Amino acid sequence: MTSKRSEFFSGIKDILPILLGVVPFALIYGVAARSAGIPAIAAQAMSFIVFAGSAQFVTVQLISAGTPVAIIILTACLLNLRHALYSASLAPYLKRLPLRLQMLLAYLLTDEAYAVTITHYRQPDVGARFIAPEAQIIAPGHAPKHWYFFGAGLMLWSIWQLGTAIGILLGANVPASWSLDFTLPLTFIALVVPALKTRAEWAAAGTAGVVAVLAVGLPLNLGLIVATLTGMAAGLLLESLETKRWAVKDGED
Amino acid sequence: MTLWLMFLCIGVITYAIRLSFIGLLGTKEMPAFLLKALRFVPIAVLPAIILPQLFLRGNTLDFSLANPRWIAGILAAIVAWRTRNVLLTIVVGMAVLWGLQVLLARI
Repeated sequence: MTSKRSEFFSGIKDILPILLGVVPFALIYGVAARSAGIPAIAAQAMSFIVFAGSAQFVTVQLISAGTPVAIIILTACLLNLRHALYSASLAPYLKRLPLRLQMLLAYLLTDEAYAVTITHYRQPDVGARFIAPEAQIIAPGHAPKHWYFFGAGLMLWSIWQLGTAIGILLGANVPASWSLDFTLPLTFIALVVPALKTRAEWAAAGTAGVVAVLAVGLPLNLGLIVATLTGMAAGLLLESLETKRWAVKDGED
Repeated sequence: MTLWLMFLCIGVITYAIRLSFIGLLGTKEMPAFLLKALRFVPIAVLPAIILPQLFLRGNTLDFSLANPRWIAGILAAIVAWRTRNVLLTIVVGMAVLWGLQVLLARI
């Protein structure tokens, strides 16, 4: 029992520093959603229903740009496909839990909760230090580490709901001349630029951006999807070419 | 009404993605190609949203000083690249935008 509780609270404790970065996003989302003309209740409902910061940002941005609904849904879901990676990575640790717990934890699976939880799962069990390391590997999930996941996820969820609600309340009073809608592209810039490390990543980002600008005349705003797919293809192509070149070099040695 | 349906659609699909391996596929391996491709999604989709916001006014390219957004965006990108600081990036970008807007109003 105490083990569950200590796991729950250490999950909360470990996500606290990350929350410092999450709160401004939550506020910006709320303000931007109101400036895009989304009713307060709908904006908050999205925090409940979708509970994914970047997808919520993208949705608000595309709504204010007048993008057709189908394209918005497609883009937001494409962006959330990365959660399949997290789901696959956590699945081995959660496979013994009953389905209803798996369903609850899946709802709380975000970038931030994943980051702290997977780190915690990969650490050796503190409570099981008298068990041989081999036994720990055979029986992962000895300590109730899903309580850690639950604590971190629930904490993030609460702060996200509260933060977006405050942003929505503040946003109602912000005049359009403040151009606060521009915080959305700025947030995306702040997220994507530091993530670009390899040449393949730069190629993917550059290609997607340029194609999106060129393809703006395409019907139904399809340019966004076309640009994303072209960018991904460019990145994958360059990456595979570079891998091949290294393989050839290795072969020569 | 459309708004609610849209949020519901995104929410249900997002939840299905999150539950996919945890609840349904179990410990099945994800195909290697898919794994590689997924990593490029955010890196491609965000610039595809950002760049038209910065460089297009209506449906035409606008690199003139009358469009302060591309200047603010580029300066913010430099800040993001050098500092990796999210808040600073947003603050600098907004400050430049406001500054240019005030300047343009005076001219």
